[in-house]
Amino acid sequence: MTKEIMTANKAVAEAARLAKPKVIPVYPITPQTTISEYLAQYVADEKIDANYVKVESEHSAISAAVGASCAGVRVFTATSSQGLMLMHEILFAAAGMRAPFVLADANRAISAPLNIWNDQQDSIAQRDAGWLQIYVENAQEALDTTLMAYKVSENPKVLLPSMVCLDGFILTHTVEPVEIPDQEPVDEFLPPYKPEHAYLDPKDPMSIGNLADPDYYLEARHDMQVAMENSIDVIQETCDEFAEIFGRKYGLVEPYKTEDADIIFVAMGSICSTIRVIVNQLRDQGEKVGLLKIRAYRPFPVEAIDEAVKDCQKLAVVDKNVTFGIGGALYTDVKAKIHKEAYGFIAGLGGRDITPEAILEMYEKTKNPVKEVTWIGLKEE
Amino acid sequence: MVTIGCVIKTPGSSKNNKTGSWRTFKPILDKEKCIDCDNCIIFCPDSSVNKQHDINYDYCKGCGICAHECPSDAIEMVKE
Amino acid sequence: MDIPDKDLLSPGHRGCAGCGASIAVKLALNALGENTVAISATGCLEVMTTPYPETAWEVPFIHVAFENSGAVASGVEAALRIQGKDDVNVVAFGGDGGTVDIGLQSLSGAMERGHNLTYICYDNEAYMNTGIQRSGATPFGATTTTSPKGVASFGEDKPKKDMPMIMAAHGIPYVATASIAYPEDFVNKVKKAAAVKGPAYIHLQQPCTTGWGFDSSRTIELGRLAVETGSWILYEIENGEFKITFTPEERKPVTEYLSQQKRFRHLEEEQISKIQKFVDAQCAELGL
Repeated sequence: MTKEIMTANKAVAEAARLAKPKVIPVYPITPQTTISEYLAQYVADEKIDANYVKVESEHSAISAAVGASCAGVRVFTATSSQGLMLMHEILFAAAGMRAPFVLADANRAISAPLNIWNDQQDSIAQRDAGWLQIYVENAQEALDTTLMAYKVSENPKVLLPSMVCLDGFILTHTVEPVEIPDQEPVDEFLPPYKPEHAYLDPKDPMSIGNLADPDYYLEARHDMQVAMENSIDVIQETCDEFAEIFGRKYGLVEPYKTEDADIIFVAMGSICSTIRVIVNQLRDQGEKVGLLKIRAYRPFPVEAIDEAVKDCQKLAVVDKNVTFGIGGALYTDVKAKIHKEAYGFIAGLGGRDITPEAILEMYEKTKNPVKEVTWIGLKEE
Repeated sequence: MVTIGCVIKTPGSSKNNKTGSWRTFKPILDKEKCIDCDNCIIFCPDSSVNKQHDINYDYCKGCGICAHECPSDAIEMVKE
Repeated sequence: MDIPDKDLLSPGHRGCAGCGASIAVKLALNALGENTVAISATGCLEVMTTPYPETAWEVPFIHVAFENSGAVASGVEAALRIQGKDDVNVVAFGGDGGTVDIGLQSLSGAMERGHNLTYICYDNEAYMNTGIQRSGATPFGATTTTSPKGVASFGEDKPKKDMPMIMAAHGIPYVATASIAYPEDFVNKVKKAAAVKGPAYIHLQQPCTTGWGFDSSRTIELGRLAVETGSWILYEIENGEFKITFTPEERKPVTEYLSQQKRFRHLEEEQISKIQKFVDAQCAELGL
């Protein structure tokens, strides 16, 4: 084990190196670009024994990833924003073909207007694709989650691809100390990928990516739903195993001072760090407040959320995305599945800073609500 | 029940689908006239002529390419 | 020509009676042999060969989408090579739509990157799987459902995109045109394509009974007429060297080819002479 100061992008690249993928098709896009650069250098320096496919678009990156994964090898790719939007069609194919590879998404806003800064609209827009989506808060979690994602995806009860979502710039371009595990315990945790459900071998021919008519399609999609449900337990088991080997504990969600809280913030990604500071500040003032960090957004961990919020009165749900005409995606999911009084806050779109004051405003507007969904930080005319 | 990802693990299983039922005209080969040029084998879209020039009516769709490409007029298309 | 004991594309597939694509793929797979992985773009070929739970493929097969067979093949090739499976043939099939239109970028990337694979475009000159709409490979004068004849239209008003030359411009080691009516020529080219180290591209003309409008028995005859009239020229470009691989004894007038197809039957003298002039110029340019 070594400890280094690095960005979350470097941490993701380190995790990819440790996972030993055999094919890495990537295309550069801000703020993911340095991941593709680090990996190119690792391959050039023979730190990874992989074919680095210098594709001409994100659409081809994901297409080559599906081809390679179905051919039977471990695959890594990464993208961001418009790149993920260009992948959209093939994201669905990857999940439907049960190709269990890992994609890191450096979360960034979507055009138009053109904006390269952080929000989570890009990955949220892919939530129905059949991918597991895990949101991380810091560089260490980005590294650890990337390793765990392979283990979860490749589990025979799951066999769905995983998306590790890390906030653009806030995580991808800021440095923190990160523990890099040694190869040996990683190999023990994550043995080589040996698929049984699909591979391309002339000695044992099979057809992959076939036409399924109305007699079969419904069952194929239902199988994916079952796999997604199975992944709840698999994620928890994998986190537990990871903690045993590497000493860092993760879960589907991460509660903070929720036990006696009246109001609980519900949020995903790097904003949780700021919220935690505000929770402590409010606690000092005698307010009973907590934070529930959602790590797994797909599958949506209803039981784990229920358990964490069961004794509170209200939820303040923070969304760095918007589902136009209804509210934030996390908020609408919470409203649909968690039977608590909840208020939604849309904030930080296109990289607008979510300040401590903005979080205090959310708290105030949950305590004394005026409306269900509020956009925070809008400039008045 | 479907396989994971609807993968098909039995190569050539399309043979379960007997396309011979599509046929309205049937090729009849007169082996006396056959000059072994193999055109009927090479050009058959449904692999329905074997090396001995026997026609497999389980799959022959009756397209008539074999008869049309036969240089010795050894194949006649007859209405089913 | 060698006849294999078993075809690697099995019967029972749902291709139309007289389907040229089936003949094309059967010949190509037999030329490549069992040690092959096949990739297909969405289109007639994919749909007619893999309705779950039955497949016509006797070799490993993968399909992902319409526009990405070049990229999928790249990923498959990269995965096989890194595992040391250097001897496995990788062949990708795409129709003309999946190749010259929607799949062009992905194919261009695959060719430019130098993957060791063969791409075969089975060109039936329109989107046949969706019901005969024009593609960039539809020839001048042809009617399709989206280039219909009408008061202000005689059909497709642009010449066919010159895809093999676009591929040749990538500087890849092997590019060829072929026709299902010349199976030995085609099979030789597939074998050459598989043998070269690096990317190879074969553009195969494949008459379509349904889309072109001719009797199902005449699929091969139409392919032959295309070549005999110079409407389709058989050549190869091996390491940059251009060579005609078949020269008709006497080039027939294009009317002998056009008049046999419903898609051209409406054409008037003016357009036919335009087509003849275009074919003459093309033949002169390529030295036929």
